[in-house]
Amino acid sequence: MQGLNDFGQMLLSGASIGCVYAIVALGFVLIYKASEVINFAQGDLMMLGAFLGYTFIGVLGMPFLVGVGLAMLCMGLVGAALDRVVLRPMVGQPVFAIVIITIGIGFVIRSVVIVTPGWGTETYTIAAPYAGGVSALGGVTVGNEHLAIIIAAIVLIAALYAFFRYTTLGLAMQATSQSQLAAYHVGIPVKTILSMIWAISAATAALVGVLLAPVTFVHVNMGFIGLKAFPAAVLGGFGSIPGAIVGGLIIGIVEALAGFYLPQGFKDVAAYVLLLVVLALRPQGLFGQTAAKKV
Amino acid sequence: MAEPLLALRNVETYYGPVLAIQGISLEVREASIVALLGSNGAGKSTVLKSISGFVEPQKGTIRFAGQDLPGHEPDAIVGLGLSHVPEEREVFPFLSVRENLLMGAFTRRDRDAVRADLERMYGLFPILRERLDQPALSLSGGEQQVLAIARALMASPKLLLLDEPSLGLSPRLVGEIFTVIRRINGESGTTILLVEQNAGKALEVAEYAYVIEVGRIVMEGSARDLADKPDIREFYLGLKEQGVRSVRRWKRKKLWR
Ligand SMILES: Nc1ncnc2c1ncn2[C@@H]1O[C@H](COP(=O)(O)OP(=O)(O)O)[C@@H](O)[C@H]1O
Ligand SMILES: [Mg+2]
Repeated sequence: MQGLNDFGQMLLSGASIGCVYAIVALGFVLIYKASEVINFAQGDLMMLGAFLGYTFIGVLGMPFLVGVGLAMLCMGLVGAALDRVVLRPMVGQPVFAIVIITIGIGFVIRSVVIVTPGWGTETYTIAAPYAGGVSALGGVTVGNEHLAIIIAAIVLIAALYAFFRYTTLGLAMQATSQSQLAAYHVGIPVKTILSMIWAISAATAALVGVLLAPVTFVHVNMGFIGLKAFPAAVLGGFGSIPGAIVGGLIIGIVEALAGFYLPQGFKDVAAYVLLLVVLALRPQGLFGQTAAKKV
Repeated sequence: MAEPLLALRNVETYYGPVLAIQGISLEVREASIVALLGSNGAGKSTVLKSISGFVEPQKGTIRFAGQDLPGHEPDAIVGLGLSHVPEEREVFPFLSVRENLLMGAFTRRDRDAVRADLERMYGLFPILRERLDQPALSLSGGEQQVLAIARALMASPKLLLLDEPSLGLSPRLVGEIFTVIRRINGESGTTILLVEQNAGKALEVAEYAYVIEVGRIVMEGSARDLADKPDIREFYLGLKEQGVRSVRRWKRKKLWR
C-alpha cells in the first residue's frame, strides 16, 4: 500500500515538473513554428519571470495572483521587445546565426540578473498562499505546490487552445506559422504577429517560473530547465504543440520515477536516454508531422 | 477622364544585380479587366510583385487609388484594397477551407458583410462548400487555385491581381476559372489585372492588354485589336496562317545567312 502511494506521489510530482517542461517546450515550439528560430533563451525568460514574481510578491508584498499576472505582463513585453529590437533586424540572416543570438540573449539575461541589486546569485523563494499544504487525491497525498502547477498548466493549455482555434488573431498566428508569404498576401501584419508570439512564449514561461519557485526556489541558474524542455519538444516531434505537452509530461514523470527507483545519477540523464530510445524507433518524434512544411 | 485605379510609370525592378523589368508603364481603369501577356520568364510576376510590395522597384512610380504604393509593406497594401493571388497559390495548408477564407477577410472589421461574402463565395465556387472543413492541403491543384482566388476576394478588394490562374489546370477547369473572372468583374465591378500565358482566353475576357518580353512592354492595345495582330496570333495564340508563315520562314533564313 505504501509502495502504491509512493508511486502515485512520484507520478504526480513528476507530472507537475513535466508541466513546467511542457510549457517551456510549448514556447520553443510556438516560436519555431512561426519563424524557424529555436529560442535557446526560453529557460532564461522563465528565470527572469520568476525573479520578477519574487520581486512583486516577496519584496513589494503584492497579492500572489496580482504578482503572477504582473510578472506575465512584464515578460510579455520583454518577449515582444526582444523580437522587435534583436530578432527583427536579423530577418534574412541564416537561421543558425539567429539561433546563436538567442543563446547570447540567455547570457545577457543571466548577467542582468546577477548585477541587479537584490537579485544576484542568491536563492529566494516565493511565499505562495497554498505552499506547504498537501491535498489527498484518490488516496495519494500530493504537495499543493505541485498541484498548483498541474492546474495552472491545464488552464493555460485550454486557454491557448481556444485562442488559437477560435479567435481571428489566434488563427492569424497559425496561418503565419504555416506560410509567412500567404499571411502577407491576405494582409496579416506578419512582423507584429511574430512579436506577439514571442510575447506569449515569454509570458507563459514566466507563469511556470513563478509557480516553480515554491518547489525549486528562484535562482539565476533555474533557466537550465530549458535543457530538459528542449528534449521534451524534440521527443514530441519538434513543431507539434500537443507533442511538446506530452513530451514534457513524459520526461517529467520518467525523471521522477528514475530518481526514486534507480541509483543516484540516473535522474538527470533519464530525459536524454528516453529521447535516444524514442528517436531510434520514431525519428520524427511522437507527434511529428511527416508532411513537409511549406516555407 | 478620371485617374485610372492603377498606374505604373517607368517601373524598373532588380533581383540583386539582375534586371527583371524595365520601363514598365501601364494603366488599369476602374471596373475593367486588363491582361498582361508574355512567355515564361518575361517578367509578368515581377510586375505584380512590384505592385503588391513583395519586391521593391528601384525606379518609377506606382499609384493606386490616389496613393503611392512603393514603401508600403505588403500587408498594408492589402488593407488599401489591393489583393494579389500569386502564381504559387499559397493556401494555408493546415487550415480548413473555411478558415482560409476567414483569413482572407483579416483586414476587414465589418463582420456581417464578411459572413455575407462567405456565402457569396460558396455560390461562386460550389466546390468550396463541399470541402468547408477539410484542410486546404487535401484539395487538388485546381481546387487550391479556386480557394486562393476566393480568399483574395474575401478582402473585398478594389483591384485583384491574378498571376496565371489557369496554370496547370484541366481544360474544363480553365473554362470555369475564366467564367468566374468575368462574373467577379461583372457582378461586383472588381477591377482585375490578369497575368496569363494562355493569351487566347485572356484576350476573350480582357478589354485591354499589354505584351511583355524580356522585361519590357513591347505591345499594347485593346484586346480585340491585339487578338487580330499577326504576331500575337502566331506567337501567343499558336494560330499560324500557312501562306504567310512559309514566306516568313524563308525570309528569316535569308536574314540569318
Ligand atoms: N527571386 C528571384 N531571384 C532572381 N531572379 C528572379 C527571381 N524571380 C524571377 N527572377 C528572374 O526575373 C525574370 C522575370 O521573372 P518572372 O517575373 O517570374 O517572369 P514570368 O512571371 O513572366 O514568368 C526571369 O528572368 C527570372 O529568372
Ligand atoms: Mg510568373
